[in-house]
Amino acid sequence: MIHSLFLINNAGDLFLEKHWKSVISRSVCDYFFEAREKAVEPDNVPPVIRTPHHYLINIYREKIFFVSVIQTEVPPLFVIEFLHRVAETFQDYFGECSETTIKDNVVIVYELLEEMLDNGFPLATESNILKELIRPPTILRSMVNTITGSSNVGETLPTGQLSNIPWRRAGVKYTNNEAYFDVVEEIDAILDKSGTTVFAEIQGVIDACVKLSGMPDLTLSFMNPRLLDDVSFHPCVRYKRWESERVISFIPPDGNFQLMSYHISAQNLVAIPIYVKQNISFFETGSSGRLDIAVGPKQTMGKTVECLVVTVHMPKVVLSANLSATQGTYNYDPVTKILLWDIGKLNPQKLPNLKGSLSLQSGAPKPEENPSLNIDLKIQQLAISGLKVNRLDMYGEKYKPFKGVKYVTKAGKFQVRT
Amino acid sequence: MLDSNKDSLKLEAMKRIVAMIARGKNASDLFPAVVKNVACKNIEVKKLVYVYLVRYAEEQQDLALLSISTFQRGLKDPNQLIRASALRVLSSIRVTIIVPIMMLAIKEAASDMSPYVRKTAAHAIPKLHSLDPEQKDQLIEVIEKLLADKTTLVAGSVVMAFEEVCPDRIDLIHKNYRKLCNLLIDVEEWGQVVIINMLTRYARTQFLNPNVNESLLEESSEKAFYASDDEEDEDKKAEVTTLEKRKPYVMDPDHRLLLRNTKPLLQSRNAAVVMAVAQLYFHLAPKAEVGIIAKALGMFEPYLKSFYIRSTDPTQIKILKLEVLTNLANEANISTILREFQTYIKSMDKDFVAASIQAIGRCATNIGEVRDTCLNGLVQLLSNRDELVVAESVVVIKKLLQMQPEQHSDIIKHMAKLIDNIQVPMARASILWLIGEYCEHVPKIAPDVLRKMAKSFTNEEDIVKLQIINLAAKLYLTNSKQTKLLTQYVLNLAKYDQNYDIRDRARFIRQLIVPTDKSGALNKYAKKLFLALKPAPVLESPFKDRDHFQLGSLSHLLNAKAAGYQELPDWPESAPDPSVRNVEVIRLLERVTTLTSIPDWSKCSSRKDRKEKKVEKPFYSDSEGESGPTESADSGNSSASGSDESGSGSESEESREETESEEEEEDEEEEKKKRKKLDKTKAKKQAEESAESEQSSGAEDRKRGRKAVKNQKSASESESESESSESEDESEEESEEESESDTDVRKNKTPVSKQPPKQSKKESKKETQEMSLLDLDDFEPAPASAPVTPVNFLSSSLVSDLEGLSLTDTILAPTTIAPSGSIKMYELLHRITGEGLAVEYCFSRQPFSPDPNMVAVQIQFTNNTNSETKNLHIEDPRLQSGMRIREFAEIDVLAAGESVTVVMGIDFCDSTQAANFQLCTHTRKFFVSIQPPVGELMTPTFLTENNFKKEQGERTSAHSRFNTHSCPTDCSFSSKHLSFFSSYVVVSL
Repeated sequence: MIHSLFLINNAGDLFLEKHWKSVISRSVCDYFFEAREKAVEPDNVPPVIRTPHHYLINIYREKIFFVSVIQTEVPPLFVIEFLHRVAETFQDYFGECSETTIKDNVVIVYELLEEMLDNGFPLATESNILKELIRPPTILRSMVNTITGSSNVGETLPTGQLSNIPWRRAGVKYTNNEAYFDVVEEIDAILDKSGTTVFAEIQGVIDACVKLSGMPDLTLSFMNPRLLDDVSFHPCVRYKRWESERVISFIPPDGNFQLMSYHISAQNLVAIPIYVKQNISFFETGSSGRLDIAVGPKQTMGKTVECLVVTVHMPKVVLSANLSATQGTYNYDPVTKILLWDIGKLNPQKLPNLKGSLSLQSGAPKPEENPSLNIDLKIQQLAISGLKVNRLDMYGEKYKPFKGVKYVTKAGKFQVRT
Repeated sequence: MLDSNKDSLKLEAMKRIVAMIARGKNASDLFPAVVKNVACKNIEVKKLVYVYLVRYAEEQQDLALLSISTFQRGLKDPNQLIRASALRVLSSIRVTIIVPIMMLAIKEAASDMSPYVRKTAAHAIPKLHSLDPEQKDQLIEVIEKLLADKTTLVAGSVVMAFEEVCPDRIDLIHKNYRKLCNLLIDVEEWGQVVIINMLTRYARTQFLNPNVNESLLEESSEKAFYASDDEEDEDKKAEVTTLEKRKPYVMDPDHRLLLRNTKPLLQSRNAAVVMAVAQLYFHLAPKAEVGIIAKALGMFEPYLKSFYIRSTDPTQIKILKLEVLTNLANEANISTILREFQTYIKSMDKDFVAASIQAIGRCATNIGEVRDTCLNGLVQLLSNRDELVVAESVVVIKKLLQMQPEQHSDIIKHMAKLIDNIQVPMARASILWLIGEYCEHVPKIAPDVLRKMAKSFTNEEDIVKLQIINLAAKLYLTNSKQTKLLTQYVLNLAKYDQNYDIRDRARFIRQLIVPTDKSGALNKYAKKLFLALKPAPVLESPFKDRDHFQLGSLSHLLNAKAAGYQELPDWPESAPDPSVRNVEVIRLLERVTTLTSIPDWSKCSSRKDRKEKKVEKPFYSDSEGESGPTESADSGNSSASGSDESGSGSESEESREETESEEEEEDEEEEKKKRKKLDKTKAKKQAEESAESEQSSGAEDRKRGRKAVKNQKSASESESESESSESEDESEEESEEESESDTDVRKNKTPVSKQPPKQSKKESKKETQEMSLLDLDDFEPAPASAPVTPVNFLSSSLVSDLEGLSLTDTILAPTTIAPSGSIKMYELLHRITGEGLAVEYCFSRQPFSPDPNMVAVQIQFTNNTNSETKNLHIEDPRLQSGMRIREFAEIDVLAAGESVTVVMGIDFCDSTQAANFQLCTHTRKFFVSIQPPVGELMTPTFLTENNFKKEQGERTSAHSRFNTHSCPTDCSFSSKHLSFFSSYVVVSL
């Protein structure tokens, strides 16, 4: 299936290659570079590139292109999902998935890739299993290893491999038994010029950090499970109990994992926490334009909107911006043409405003389209859908775990058209 | 550094080498130095050496051979991880000389105890196949064997191997089909994708088209493509699937099984799995369940807004979304969509704008009401500053105008003016074509345009030149007075053009339109040829025409056949024999025959069965199974033919539920034997406390409609269950009831509890012992078949011995199994497939006197027909090498309604290979096979009690290493009269 993997950074340097079958020359990536060139933006590179003898399937994550080489028919999503899993594993192991960390840990990366695929077919992708096979690096361990010469590689088959719950390793022990759940909701929305909602939906995930000894069996219930109709679960969740009782019953993997994700699309359910008033105009003469953006709270359920950032992709002809902000700082990058206004906390008493003039390239025609605004924000202690965890029960173990639930609402792809 | 004695230095060196490999630098010079370290004790060094070897062995074949012996040693290692990794590396070294070694290693690993090693073997199969395709036949044998594997771990990998090596051998799937369906939910996600795709193909060859009654015309391929393209529809589909189907067509229960078992996977976190299920439903489900493809639009309409486009979407996503929107457009929502499109046209991404314009064009063609609005909008775009936008608009307008040119001569005139400004060749060509085509509508402008074009002819692009010639020809035919000279001029220019297409065209047109003496009859028709009314174009989706590929495949995405793509076959005209899949069911339908009849447990599955079911039991599936079997039973009953299959299916699933709690007690059973007498009441109390979790969960599970799940047991553990003895069933039943009633009382306060992990036996030992106290209490009054006297025992085994020779004594037959208390019967031939002849067999666990190496198999024939069956005998045994069979003597006559029991001997050579033979009657022959469960491969021996205890002590220590194993029993401990025990000892594993 997956023949080879190349990791390529944004500058086009190929910094890691791994082959699971016979070696494929890295020149095959020339086709990728060609497509990359054509696409201008890294996001626009087609995910599947056809070459005379191979197919290149790639994803772009954390400024790295994961380019896999395929020779025969395979569902493209299979490969794409796998590549994402690789990136997630790196993140899990090294804290972040970046060129530097990969280069620093190249041996572990290689060992991981070796375990994850055999002959191009996924072998072990569960983080709990991998961590037993190859222990993640810690400063302490690397020091101990250097001194004692002991290794990072597990010698026995991970217990999970053979069980029916491959996601959990056996013999887990903690002194503090804790289970934390983060309900994270992202609002995807498009608001039109007048501020009316064209479209809005919520993408939610429940991230869990479970550090419990033994084999706990958890049941998570919601106050209002009816909100959730479009859900997908980690393999550990018992689907039938969800179907019949609307509770999430599972034996968790050890450590961090994503328990479930959900999607709420009914428009009336989606509260839009802020409103944006904007006026961007370009003048036919004088090569200039005006910009005036004001942001205010709308449906925030009494919480404070934080980390508010407005990003504007300006048309190419905008050379510079001369603006003044009543709150926060703004920055215009004339190379990428991105105007970034970092507001911070939204103060309902004193609404932030950004105002000023834009100067355009002289002689160029005025842009036809006004740039749309992308909003980023965060509201702590609130799930905008109103989803609430009712309780978490644990069976199968005797100790009392610490339990905690956190709610965060963020802006996802939140766009205001102008 | 590699030559150093210190592992840490070696490790450091290897790390550097691997880093070099990772960066793509050549490290092949180091091969001799590295290969020496292949036997290094340090496992990390070893692993890195493996990485190196696999990378460079192909280049340095001779040196690589030095390492082979290390791997061969590794293949025998007691550590399964080392065995597996040795096989992985051995099979990854692409050196042709070692093909035979690899073949051998794969074959051996395929029968390994560890499912992990077997999985590795499955992975190795395609590797060897790509190295040496000539091994295909042998490899297929291995695949066949591995396909029969019961563990979820192996399933995905072996299907992958199947797909790569022999995807056309669909016949190998038959017997494993139902198992795969049932296992599916528990297989790891990657395996799920592969299995689902394979089963889609399988189902297409084996089942009838569920939509056969529908008009095929309804299937709009284009719409269909979108039907499953996005996740939005998934939940929708799931809803729809629950709809009852009421059509004369009756779905094969196996077909239903597949659809039902894949459905929960729509909730997978893995998009590839979701897509695989979506395509499966798309290709296999009745339309009612896919959301009726013809109404696919309706299905997506609620999600229309999900496809609205953001300026930050990557271009390819934008284009796809646009495509979806266009397809969703209808009279009701067109105004919203057009408004949305209007915003897109202003986008900065010009490719996207172009696509939007095309989309508008398609909406306009599909929906008549908005055509004029669209056209006006597009005409406005003609004044856009961006040339690409204008060009695209022109092209689309051209197509729209073609539908009703009469009303739009204004637009044509407007466009004629544009020719001076627009430079995009496609747009120029379009305008010229329009003017030529409708020159009657613009009689004054057309010649003028030609004049201008003649002037710039040499500088035009080829497509424009062709259209100029075209325009000239048409004008010449309609208005030769004004344009004759111009046409001549253009044709002359074209005659000397560099492009031969243009030269050809010019020559051809000249002959056609300019009347000369030589020109033939065609001349007369020139006008008709050129000015024929042309049908309006259909604006098609760029994604059309790819529906012949399996949805979600690479080929489908690229719209070109990728290497290794397996065509999705069309539905068969008539269904192939569904009974080919029956074998598996028959094997699952195993019964315990006990002397003491126990109603609840009459269907209890065998030990072997328990084992496989434990493994196979899907994580969610006990609850799944709950709704499942009933459903299948229903559908089965509604279909006259399929009733027995689905019935048996549900039966086996039921018994699965029952085995759950039984298993728990098995471990306890063992402990039981060690502690004999304990205070009952105290025991009970303790047990109530300690065993709460386990017992109650078991009992409650069933109470709660079998919802709770508890299969944390590792596969290896479940293997170890085969240690447990046979006579438990009675006691189990007792304790079962006991614990159930216990729980009843406690139920209200007892939370749904989980069985604690039993991974490591030692850890849980204490607990288990405590629990056994409860059992013991139950156990004592449960002598059931216990008082078996030695005399009785001997005589009955004598009977079987005799039977081996004479095999006529049907009356005595049941007693032969008496001592073992309960032995399950396996079905050899179902009465339906056997046309009234039902054959069951069991391993009677008696010595087979004619040949001590053989296992005694007791076979019971029952004639369910109304006529007698004659000449029952065995023919044509096909056995693995070394295996032997001792047939029973022919049964001359079996009267209607009668049954007869015979004993035959099979020497399985300690393998679990099936013995295949034909069972013949006077009229028919049936192919049957007997496959022994590991636990049945034994030589019965008689031991004194003391000897037995001694043996047992030794065995228990061995448990941890070898899971499949002997066990004592038959006799309950309460009966002290027994002078000796019988023990079954597995002959060398």
